[in-house]
Amino acid sequence: MYAQLVDTGVKRVKTLNEMSPEERHFQEKIDADIKIEAKNWMPEAYRRTLIRQMSQHAHSEIVGMLPEKNWLTRAPNLKRKLQLLAKIQDEAGHGLYLYSAMETLGANRDEELEKLHSGEVKYSSIFNYPSRSWADMGTIGWLVDGAAIVNQVVLQRTSYGPYSRAMIRICKEESFHQRQGYQILLEMMRNGTDEQKAMVQDSINRFWWPALMMFGPHDTDSPNSAQSMQWKVKRMSNDDLRQRFIDQTIPQLELLGCTVPDPDLKWNEARGHYDFGAIDWSEFYSVLKGNGPCNKDRLKTRRNAYENGAWVREAAKAYADKQKQAAA
Amino acid sequence: MTTQHALTEYLLRLGDSDIILAQRLCEWIGNAPALEEEMALGNVALDLIGQARSWLEYAAELQGEGRSADDLSFGRNEREYRNLLITEQANGNYADTLARQYLFDAWHYYLLQALCDSKDARIAAIAAKALKEVTYHLRRSSAWVKRLGDGTDESHQKMQQAIDDIWTYSGEMLLADDIDNLLFEAGIAPDSAAIKAQWQAHVSATLEEARLDCPPMDSYMQQGGKQGLHTEQLGFLLAEMQFLPRAYPDAVW
Ligand SMILES: [Fe+2]
Ligand SMILES: [Fe+2]
Ligand SMILES: [Fe+2]
Repeated sequence: MYAQLVDTGVKRVKTLNEMSPEERHFQEKIDADIKIEAKNWMPEAYRRTLIRQMSQHAHSEIVGMLPEKNWLTRAPNLKRKLQLLAKIQDEAGHGLYLYSAMETLGANRDEELEKLHSGEVKYSSIFNYPSRSWADMGTIGWLVDGAAIVNQVVLQRTSYGPYSRAMIRICKEESFHQRQGYQILLEMMRNGTDEQKAMVQDSINRFWWPALMMFGPHDTDSPNSAQSMQWKVKRMSNDDLRQRFIDQTIPQLELLGCTVPDPDLKWNEARGHYDFGAIDWSEFYSVLKGNGPCNKDRLKTRRNAYENGAWVREAAKAYADKQKQAAA
Repeated sequence: MTTQHALTEYLLRLGDSDIILAQRLCEWIGNAPALEEEMALGNVALDLIGQARSWLEYAAELQGEGRSADDLSFGRNEREYRNLLITEQANGNYADTLARQYLFDAWHYYLLQALCDSKDARIAAIAAKALKEVTYHLRRSSAWVKRLGDGTDESHQKMQQAIDDIWTYSGEMLLADDIDNLLFEAGIAPDSAAIKAQWQAHVSATLEEARLDCPPMDSYMQQGGKQGLHTEQLGFLLAEMQFLPRAYPDAVW
């Protein structure tokens, strides 16, 4: 989701019998729900998978600031401006905690940023869609942060201690974002003009399918899921998470008085879940490949910010070094 | 001019300067040199928007026309805005942004400190709350002036240029006009000369520590913002900021 398609580098999941004593001890801890900490022994592939997953997750928080920034300077009143700015700032904070958690595994923020800028490490596909109207500030909070929460609530129980603790902290703020986003839409639907109501519906139409794609491909098309599940780096399958998200979102949608662009969506009494139509995975893979409406702009913005800021970071370091020398 | 009218104008100057500077800071979001700076810029902007809201709510009440802080922020034209010219200047590079911020913060800090003793209890209360926030703003921006002034050759050169470029907009806040004088007489606003002396002492000490040359204090200073005569930059800033309420006048957000 925030980390879609994380490669574990493992072809086949080992059984306990096939493991070395170290690996077995490690797996037994995981099976007993004992958290792995930075100083503990861990298989190299576990370490690399986690770095990849946290790095993707952190990049998503940072790139995710951009579609919201697009309306920050045009927020319609002071209250909404304060809320949106505070939310964007929370996302920057999430990026920071995640980079720090990732650095406990020996990775480095600057190196991971280089990988983002070169396109080697991805961020969530959802942020390659443009924010076209103010209603998108509501929809993004409600659906995008909402989808993130469904995933991240489960990740609070992930096996790596620093990641799990970062998730616990982040989840509290994400639920706040989701409620705030929903309030934006509710206000427009309840008290707004017809034009505003149409703006909300249009926004939901555009974000619905991309939000469902945030959970990643079907389980049958997720070659790395089995290993990630055994390591408890992932705790629920993509399809289960997606179903959970739909089930909790549709009643909220009805309360808004809006619809989603899926004629096949309906409650299935026997399953106790909503049925829904087929997702267009060709769009997902195309966006992942770089063909989303905003891929190029998002990366360019991030790269420019980093490059234009290099002299500032160098100056701060040079100054700190001088101060240290003077103190010595 | 009645005291009430002067007071309303004075509050607009305070609130408008805060909201315009905050709007400029918001433009940095997503483009700052580091994640830590995204957060710091966001913090300062949040504080300033909050302060603007307090000043403008008070101004709107004194006007007594049933307007809100939002109406004042999003419904007035360039000519009706009373912000200091320094606050509307474009962001430029990070040194330009920090030079603008530092010179403003140093004034803002001493002003708020003095306003805590205002005879107008509401002003004193708003100032006391804002002073806590602005104490941090000033600490941060002075630290950055020193870091960039005394960092690398490149940052030194950029910081010096930034101070030199913004300097002509730094005098307006220190110069009293009829409104400032009337409110000083009434014990509502402080003596501008005292604020000016404190500002000059802070600025010359900080620039010296940053190994930067302080431009002459008696340089020619641009004025007009407090009377609603702005640089060409403000119209574009307002066009962007006010877009939604102006495009959808009957909407509720
Ligand atoms: Fe987040
Ligand atoms: Fe998020
Ligand atoms: Fe969020």
